[in-house]
Amino acid sequence: MSDEFEGVKPSRRSFLTGAAAAGAAIGTAGAASAEGERLITEVQDWASGLGDGVDATPYGMPIEFEGDVVRRNVEWLTADTISSINFTPIHALDGTITPQGCAFERHHSGAIELKKSDYRLMINGLVDTPLVFTYEDLERFPRSQQTFFLECAANTGMEWAGAQLNGAQFTHGMIHNMEYTGVSLRTLLEEAGLPTDLTGKWVYVEGADASSNGRSIPIEKALDDCMVAFKANGEALRKEHGYPVRLVVPGWEGNMWVKWLRRIEIMDAPVESREETSKYTDTLEDGTSRKWTWVMDAKSIVTSPSPQAPIKHGKGPLVITGLAWSGNGAITGVDVTLDGGKTWQEARLAEPGKKMALTRFYLDIDWDGQEMFLQSRAIDETGYVQPTKDQLREVRGLNSIYHNNCIQTWWVKADGEAENVEIS
Amino acid sequence: MSKFPKFMLATALVGLTATPLMAEKLGLGRPALPDEIAAWDIDIATDGSNLPAGSGDVLVGEELFADYCAVCHGDFAEGVDNWPKLAGGADTLDHEDPLKTVGSYWPYLSTTFDYVRRSMPFGNAQTLSDDEVYAIVAYILYSNDLVDDDFVLSNETFAGVELPNAGGFIVDDRAETEYPNFTERCMSDCKDSVEITMRAAVLDVTPEETKARTIQAMVEATNPRNADSGETEAAAEPEAPAEEAAPEAPAEEAAAPMELDADLVKAGEKVFKKCKACHKIGDGAKHGTGPILNDVFNRTAGTAEGFGFSKVLIAAGEGGMVWDAENLAGYLANPRKFLKGNKMSFAGLKKDKDQAAIIEFLKSVSQ
Repeated sequence: MSDEFEGVKPSRRSFLTGAAAAGAAIGTAGAASAEGERLITEVQDWASGLGDGVDATPYGMPIEFEGDVVRRNVEWLTADTISSINFTPIHALDGTITPQGCAFERHHSGAIELKKSDYRLMINGLVDTPLVFTYEDLERFPRSQQTFFLECAANTGMEWAGAQLNGAQFTHGMIHNMEYTGVSLRTLLEEAGLPTDLTGKWVYVEGADASSNGRSIPIEKALDDCMVAFKANGEALRKEHGYPVRLVVPGWEGNMWVKWLRRIEIMDAPVESREETSKYTDTLEDGTSRKWTWVMDAKSIVTSPSPQAPIKHGKGPLVITGLAWSGNGAITGVDVTLDGGKTWQEARLAEPGKKMALTRFYLDIDWDGQEMFLQSRAIDETGYVQPTKDQLREVRGLNSIYHNNCIQTWWVKADGEAENVEIS
Repeated sequence: MSKFPKFMLATALVGLTATPLMAEKLGLGRPALPDEIAAWDIDIATDGSNLPAGSGDVLVGEELFADYCAVCHGDFAEGVDNWPKLAGGADTLDHEDPLKTVGSYWPYLSTTFDYVRRSMPFGNAQTLSDDEVYAIVAYILYSNDLVDDDFVLSNETFAGVELPNAGGFIVDDRAETEYPNFTERCMSDCKDSVEITMRAAVLDVTPEETKARTIQAMVEATNPRNADSGETEAAAEPEAPAEEAAPEAPAEEAAAPMELDADLVKAGEKVFKKCKACHKIGDGAKHGTGPILNDVFNRTAGTAEGFGFSKVLIAAGEGGMVWDAENLAGYLANPRKFLKGNKMSFAGLKKDKDQAAIIEFLKSVSQ
């Protein structure tokens, strides 16, 4: 036992440091000294006094000790914080559902405040009757509920040219996974009356904010699984995720999930808006660019250990964990390598993969304390195997920006610290 | 239909046949009225066929651009700081770090017109007239050397303009060029050796701005719960000018606190949303496109330390102009007219009550 923990009658602050020291001691020593650990042998304040009453926090925030599990911004990426993006702290989360309060945000004109009573949704274009719905109208349609991941097309985009950002939050944190409740887009379109010939038709969707972020979606997708959502993880959407209503476009790039959804138009051609021409198009080595690259291909990431979540306990039992997902269906397997890809072993999926939703994987090992080159590789139901960065570069070059679903390498050193690297 | 992975198309078509298209309607909602549709349905077809009637020329566009756009995009559309560059970059798309602008990358002019009309200026969207939009788009074309200086863009000349990269796009071909190659799942003896070829900690490929920092500093500085984050940030970022405006405040605090109308302050905070794209307020605020506005009320014009004011504002301050209620009202009503040559690209607050509210709000942050 370390001296600094001896006799501490903890204030909250000293408890924090004390707990860290005690944790380290237990981890290495494995057992307390002969007289036992004071945390156990002495009556602690919390075991004697009282805690907060039920009215202390009508809507709860995480306890202060989790204060570092927050969204973070990479300031140099964008000109200001209003048209910008931040990152989900995936290195510190487990399970698959992303709490709304730390789910990444991306705005083009800032997160607006739009009251339910001021909300209107218009459906127009090639429909029998152009309609306007209020929020209350939406609540009267039959509902559906399903969990989907949302990944920004630019997730991992800073890593095209080389290993750049040191942390899973920054390399892979433009993603979240929520259980949505809403109305299927198909139901709303049918209420307005679809054209009899759907061939070559498109659905244009736009938001109520100043950017309006319009996107064109082929009718096949619009009628397949898109959802007009008003709840996420059981409660109202957060302002930053489009309160009161956003579009859900399962498996497709996050930019299409229009927030503050205000208008849906059936058209006979795509609009070719700013967000589907000048942005969210993928430039290849010869200077031509792919457009309509909507699907987010299968991808995975080891969230721990990782640069922001180093190994602190030394050798012995180690839980390696991470996330996998595919816009083309369900994850069927995840492989993990400790030696940079010489040999792979199949990780355990916490639950069978669900279509277009995050899957949690675990690999429990007995770490020998030697350095590792840790990678994970996702396989989805179509048989697609997540590619290496070199495989992607071979097809696309270095200027693609979007849709980087390459295998990520963490160099875990003997001291447990990890670093983002590229390997041969 | 090659743009769809086969399995998806199959699913969609099964869906279309399995569920009757003429599903039972619930009779919810109400018909959208023609004026409502006209107000919201403003997207422009790529051939420009549904453009509003109107026109604007390069010279008028140049003036408007200087007033409304140059503060972020530069006088010649060359971009300021990290804000988008709108001109230049011709023939760079196959280079390392291509420069993607309206001239070098955007395939359709309809996109430019639609975006300027719909979303610009940043923080004051949908305040430009259609003729102003035509003029600004004409100037953007001119700044890309795509038209001459006597060019007039209108709903009639629009179709005659083809952007250079119109043919530069192909439809997503991953299903053919990638998916068949990404199927191998080697489990053992997959490679002989593993060498590190690049490390994030070396940061030798990070953009210029990050070279001065370590990742750790970034992590510290971006932690919103880190009380010192503002200072760490300023120290780590060389181009961030000193922001010592705050320490001056105590000297002025001798003055009696101003009386405030709480409701008006609240209303002003709402109106301030029009301003906050450029102006920051609060602890740790930094100059943005415009100066920070902490303590702006009764401050001498052009004196917020570390901000690059226009010559006219500095001169006005040297001449004794102070941002009192009267001057603020005049400036906010019509910034360009109030002080010719200043850089604030803002159309102005037309309503007296909005002006009064914002002045009350600015007072509240100047206590």
